[in-house]
Amino acid sequence: MAGRLDVRKTYKLYIGGAFPRSESGRSYAVADSRGRFLANASHASRKDARDAVVAARKAFDGWSGATAYNRGQVLYRVAELMEGRRDQFVEEVLAAEGGGRAKATAAVDAAIDRWVWYAGWTDKVAQVAGSANPVAGPYFNFSTPEPTGVVAALAPQSSSLLGLVSVVAPIVCVGNTVVVVTSADRPLPAVTLSEVLATSDVPGGVVNVLTGHAAELGPWLADHLDVNAIDLTGAAGDTDLAVDLEVRAAENTKRVLRSPAAEPDWTATPDGPRRILAFCETKTVWHPMGV
Amino acid sequence: MSSSAVAPFVAPDAIGDLAAATASDSALRRFLHGLPGVDQVGAEARAAGLATRSIKKDAKRWALDMIVAMTDLTTLEGADTPGKVRAMSAKAVQPEPGDPTCPSVAAVCVYPDLVAVAKRAVAGSSVAVASVATAFPSGRASLEVKLADVASAVDAGADEVDMVIDRGAFLAGRYSVVLEEIRAVKQACGRAHLKVILETGELATLDNVRRASWLAMAGGADFIKTSTGKAAQSATPPVTLVMLEAVRDFAEATGTVVGVKVAGGIRTSKEAVRYLVLVHETAGVEWLRPDRFRFGASSLLNDVLMQRAFQRTGRYHSADRVTLD
Amino acid sequence: MAVTTQVPDLVTPTWDYAPAPEARTLATIEASYDLFIGGDFVAPIDGRRFTTVDPSTGEPLAEVAEAGAADVDKAVRAARRAFIRWSKLPGAERGKYLFRIARLLQERSRELAVLESIDNGKPIRETRDVDLPLVAAHFFHHAGWADKLAWAGYGPDPQPLGVAGQIIPWNFPLLMLAWKIAPALACGNTVVLKPAETTPLTALAFADICRQAELPAGVVNIVTGAGETGRALVEHPGVDKVAFTGSTEVGRSIQRALAGTGKRLTLELGGKAANVIFDDAPVDQAIEGIVNGIFFNQGHVCCAGSRLLVQESVHDAVVARLKRRLRTLRLGDPLDKNTDIGAINSAEQLDRITALVDAGQAEGAVMWQPECRLPERGWWHAPTVFTGVAQSHRIAREEIFGPVVSVLTFRTPSEAVAKANNTPYGLSAGVWTEKGSRILWMAQRLRAGVVWANTFNRFDPASPFGGYKESGFGREGGRHGLAAYLRTGADA
Repeated sequence: MAGRLDVRKTYKLYIGGAFPRSESGRSYAVADSRGRFLANASHASRKDARDAVVAARKAFDGWSGATAYNRGQVLYRVAELMEGRRDQFVEEVLAAEGGGRAKATAAVDAAIDRWVWYAGWTDKVAQVAGSANPVAGPYFNFSTPEPTGVVAALAPQSSSLLGLVSVVAPIVCVGNTVVVVTSADRPLPAVTLSEVLATSDVPGGVVNVLTGHAAELGPWLADHLDVNAIDLTGAAGDTDLAVDLEVRAAENTKRVLRSPAAEPDWTATPDGPRRILAFCETKTVWHPMGV
Repeated sequence: MSSSAVAPFVAPDAIGDLAAATASDSALRRFLHGLPGVDQVGAEARAAGLATRSIKKDAKRWALDMIVAMTDLTTLEGADTPGKVRAMSAKAVQPEPGDPTCPSVAAVCVYPDLVAVAKRAVAGSSVAVASVATAFPSGRASLEVKLADVASAVDAGADEVDMVIDRGAFLAGRYSVVLEEIRAVKQACGRAHLKVILETGELATLDNVRRASWLAMAGGADFIKTSTGKAAQSATPPVTLVMLEAVRDFAEATGTVVGVKVAGGIRTSKEAVRYLVLVHETAGVEWLRPDRFRFGASSLLNDVLMQRAFQRTGRYHSADRVTLD
Repeated sequence: MAVTTQVPDLVTPTWDYAPAPEARTLATIEASYDLFIGGDFVAPIDGRRFTTVDPSTGEPLAEVAEAGAADVDKAVRAARRAFIRWSKLPGAERGKYLFRIARLLQERSRELAVLESIDNGKPIRETRDVDLPLVAAHFFHHAGWADKLAWAGYGPDPQPLGVAGQIIPWNFPLLMLAWKIAPALACGNTVVLKPAETTPLTALAFADICRQAELPAGVVNIVTGAGETGRALVEHPGVDKVAFTGSTEVGRSIQRALAGTGKRLTLELGGKAANVIFDDAPVDQAIEGIVNGIFFNQGHVCCAGSRLLVQESVHDAVVARLKRRLRTLRLGDPLDKNTDIGAINSAEQLDRITALVDAGQAEGAVMWQPECRLPERGWWHAPTVFTGVAQSHRIAREEIFGPVVSVLTFRTPSEAVAKANNTPYGLSAGVWTEKGSRILWMAQRLRAGVVWANTFNRFDPASPFGGYKESGFGREGGRHGLAAYLRTGADA
């Protein structure tokens, strides 16, 4: 083949808004759906996970303190930027997942639309899940959903982009920050998504992306006492891992979104705000009514 | 008074100089509005909680006698006559004929023109004569008229004067006007004790009750009194709670002891005992004496007498067996 | 009747409230209690029993069956059998059973209040005026939900989960039972409930109420016992959902035990609530709020305001007022209607409180207690205030679960928030200020499931209750509480 030699991309981690290599210096070879070498991805270590949690915690106050309207605008902008890179995502998803261009295109489109869907939820969820409570006394009493805090998420192993977005977007839309471990074998679309996030208005640290293995990073995140909740979706099919992580999560009574028996069909419309509410706390405030 | 005088909690050391706090209209406003707020719901909950105290046996007998001794037996009607006042005064001196253990009431309370009659009727007893004054109950008259009203009562021999504050001036924020009027009346009282009626039913909020209480005390009140008994709302436990807190805090801050009088609408022993509990657990046991706490009432006395009889005999009593006054 | 009319002594007034005891005989206590399984009282299979005592005297009250694994199995099977018909019953009919129970609770409230005070040690004033009214209210509230679940916001056809295994603590025995059973039944579940080993009696009285209400056999089962009984219940494969209220330590062991089982779980655990007093607080009500926050129920309250955060500028004034107020608290016979502070629930709990109080003194905090004569028998602890407490002291970090408040100071609202949130717990918090915007600013930042602003320790069946962080997860009460007992959407 004659012509110009490609400039290849280095796929790195995304932590606190920066793109470091793994502190361990490790990387691993990523193959396409037919087993051909695609690229080396950073192989995140426990220390990368630790750093990512620190970044996520640091970003939490600002992100959770932003107005819901503002978070909606910011997340909608992610969709805008993805749309601009649509072809690149299609290529990467096709390479990672195979299955034909039409399917890859549909997955990318759905991923973009999923950001739009969750962007729209930011300023609805408190109305849907909140309430004014008619207590038997002279008190005004209301309940509102609030973000749980720092959430660790295991992204689906199969659906490299749509599955990832379907897990991350509901977590961050209410103001949580997230440390997500990508699909181990199909991490590259996640890194490109990180590049989108970095150039979007999502503050650094709100989404932290670790490429690597759930079985290696999961226990550190499940054990981590500054992680408030864990989404085990990516452990679908690996019962031993899921149980081990759930046991570890109990140390600080993490909220656990259990893994399904098998990876769900992500193209289906989300089942209401269920994934959002899995990472919400209900806060109830009382105040007397008097003169 | 230093700026710490309006420190929110009116700590004892923060109110060294009451004179400075009342020296100007603006200082007075700052001071009164610097008093800690009162949360109505919380105050009502506290009063309701104390109302569940269960007073039995000796404690109840003691309370019933104390209520009698704290009563200002009152008649404040347009139809009052010397005969009515004489009858009431006789009852005041000897509420329970034939029972020497029953104390006399603290005072009889009448309009100024009947003070002389009352004075004669209670002569030789421990019962004092109190008179309402200052254009009672509305207080809508010039200062000169109010002072003349006070003078007529004092000249006729009143031991105690129950004045009303100018609620209009208070609600309009003209606190200095209210204060100066209280001071003037206090002076006109001479040796007579001054009870300052806040008419709390017209002040509307417990914040205002607290401010008016401090205003009255700053003006020289010997007692602060809830109501005239002529307004739609008279004494209530939450209002009394706030006034008791005020006299407690005032004594702590200044060393000056001021009494509290609840008036209007208290008709049963049960209610009155609840007021005693409020006094006991708010201002303290030191306030459980007739020179620091009073009930302004008319029909209350007979209910207390019937309760006393029940305590004595173990039988519920008949109204036919207590005297009308 | 005695004729001892006193003339009041006007010179040195004293007024001692005479004892006003509620009649002990209002409550009937059997010598021995069996387990309530499948609508009948049945003896434990291995015949083991334990003694429940009156904490105000240390005297034994009754022998109570200790359910072993086989008894628990029997109870779960009874609940499973009952679930088949109970879950199919029209919501309106289920609701009517709950209404019946609510009415029976009201009718028997005086008896139940006395029984609760005897078994728990808490003052009759509280069981009568707080626990029992809330218990009945909880059943009334949830009765109305039973036929309206489709409109609760959990999808058009929410389904019950099955059998709920419920474990409750000793601090509000009957109220915690109500918080557990009422929503479970309203949503169409059946339950096996284990009351705390030191306070089983009102749960057993409730079993009798279930019979009076003619609740179908097996819908409610009560298994008495201690930790082992609880473990058998949690680990039973026939249980679909576990609801636990108690210590964080036990809560996390339950969470571990349920890993991989697919059983649903809600936890309501410990707390170390900050009660924040600003310099513009309505001070007299704030003092009441502090007292209610930490001395209510002897401080045996997971959401107790055990850390008093006072703005430094008013620290001395607040502490002085608090001490003056504490001198009026009346400690003693729980059945006396004038008692404010009753007995500590058990010797074990008293030891725990004492150990932490000792630690507080050893760490250099200054302890103060009002003059207060403790009864000679039973378990008691005087109301206790620690000043000069640092955030690092154990008494500022660990849940004491007793009548002990630690006073700390702050300078700015941000510092108050930072200190309030500086704990692994997150159950409740209090804020006292007259400034509305500051209340909302604080309420937004406090990481706690319940924020009481210018009030404290208020509860209502319509008001969701539960914690952030290590205070557990899930909510009890109101629409939110239903979620713990329903299978919805993709789960259904």
